[in-house]
Amino acid sequence: MKVLVTVKEVAEAADDFEIDGLDIAPEYLEYDLNEWDEYAVEAAVQLGEDGHADEVVSVTIGPERTEETIRMALAKGVDRAIRVWDDDIGGAGLLDVETKAELLEAVVAEEDPDLVLTGVQANDDGFGATGVTLAERIGFEWAAVVNDLELEDAVAKVHRELEGGVEEHTEVDLPAVLTIQTGINEPRYASLRGIRQAQSKEIAHQTLADLGLDASTVESPIGMTAMYEPETESDATIFEGDAEETAVKLASVLREKGVGAE
Amino acid sequence: MSVLAVADHRRGDLRDVSYELVTAGRELAEALGEELHVAVVSGDVESFAKDLSLDGVDTVHTVDHGEEFNHDVYVQAVEALDSALEPTVVLMPNSVNGLDYAPAVASSLGLPLVSDAVALEWDDGLTATREMYASKVETTVEVDADRVAVTVRGGEWEPTEDTGSPAVEAFDLTVDESRVRSRVTGFEEVAGGDVDISDADVLVSVGRGIEEEENLELVEELADALGATLSASRPIVDNGWLPKNRQVGQSGKVVTPDVYLAVGISGAVQHVAGMKGSDTIIAINTDPNAPIFDIADYGIVGDLFDVVPALTEQFR
Repeated sequence: MKVLVTVKEVAEAADDFEIDGLDIAPEYLEYDLNEWDEYAVEAAVQLGEDGHADEVVSVTIGPERTEETIRMALAKGVDRAIRVWDDDIGGAGLLDVETKAELLEAVVAEEDPDLVLTGVQANDDGFGATGVTLAERIGFEWAAVVNDLELEDAVAKVHRELEGGVEEHTEVDLPAVLTIQTGINEPRYASLRGIRQAQSKEIAHQTLADLGLDASTVESPIGMTAMYEPETESDATIFEGDAEETAVKLASVLREKGVGAE
Repeated sequence: MSVLAVADHRRGDLRDVSYELVTAGRELAEALGEELHVAVVSGDVESFAKDLSLDGVDTVHTVDHGEEFNHDVYVQAVEALDSALEPTVVLMPNSVNGLDYAPAVASSLGLPLVSDAVALEWDDGLTATREMYASKVETTVEVDADRVAVTVRGGEWEPTEDTGSPAVEAFDLTVDESRVRSRVTGFEEVAGGDVDISDADVLVSVGRGIEEEENLELVEELADALGATLSASRPIVDNGWLPKNRQVGQSGKVVTPDVYLAVGISGAVQHVAGMKGSDTIIAINTDPNAPIFDIADYGIVGDLFDVVPALTEQFR
């Protein structure tokens, strides 16, 4: 079977940052592979190693800069990658889940995978909806927030992580889209050998036109109109001083509350 | 035209977010001058309908099919309700189950989806407030469409508790079984074991700021010195450094100790949901803007690698 794993490079904001217009100013952003996608990539690579998957392909929507991040997925054992991007996509906000799903749908049509893995959500916009939207569009079955996965014949036996320390056991008919939760596995570090091999693996660049789409695909009814820092509601007593001084002050509060008494 | 809110339940109980959805729905319905309809799908729908007979609800639609949540059934139920009611807004919970059906409903109905909304307004169209960048910023999102699907974050709206007298209507759904391609086979409690952190009076809780597994010792020593129980935020458990029964938060345990000391925990919403009921909350974090300080009673803005040993020393 073929496994397609979606990956996204996300920006993380520094502790102190400034907002410029509708985004955090670029000098305060650092880019990395989305945390949830790390686990999805690991799950996909393990399916390859277990003999379930003949080929693991990753797909991303992102500018040329993201190839460095995608290369890390290749270094961890993904066979090849597809990067979807052009100026029209770059000019769109891409907040609309439907838009992303439509782009991925076109890739699915070309690749014809049996299983698609995505992260539960992305660390930047946090919509948490791309995987299930994609499943609906391509007519696959799905399961969201998966933290255990076993394949048996044409069924994925998964655990879904519900709230409050409860897991739901679910059987999902393949082909399917599974959204992968953190903690499902231990994502590996890329080996030096893997990093070397990744240099020669293919990252195929696809434009809207290559996918048989046009600029209307990225038109969206959803747009961001403001970004701001939330007002802090903190009325915490903050202890000032060096480590020693603050520890003394905190210790006295703790003792007042009866903590640490024999 | 109406607002349709879809209730959330699990293993025989309505979940808290259902009552919050009623509040969010009533506010939107008033702004729109439309009715508020609530739907409950699967389980003991008659009993749920009684619980959902709340202030501001015009009609409760019960869809009696199966016991537990199944997204294939939910998608078909909401599709059918949508075509009967043509709601202006379909409100769903941003719960784990909400994440499992709301995007499919929106896509199938051709409605734009705004997920994880923390505030909603209707003024000639929907305006939603959402967080981004791990809650570091808030954004305003406008939707240019006549009808829209929204999932709302739990704990952001006050639950509606006042009762009302809505009409209760059994909604006749014919489920296309060929579209049901997933089966729930059981549930499992995964946070059991020898330690129950929800029993502890004092919790020392450790988060991502600890950086490496071998550094955990620092926090263990503090917990020992204080006679406290050690707990953790999600990344520590994801890394396998502590077992699942130590996890505080939405997917772990909800705790309400006398004292909760958060060490190197930024205070993501999923974590805060599990500990905000603690009597006294103390945070040690390098980032003065970390959301944990918003709910803390006492705080130290500083490097835990300096502060924690110094604090331990005070109790030796």
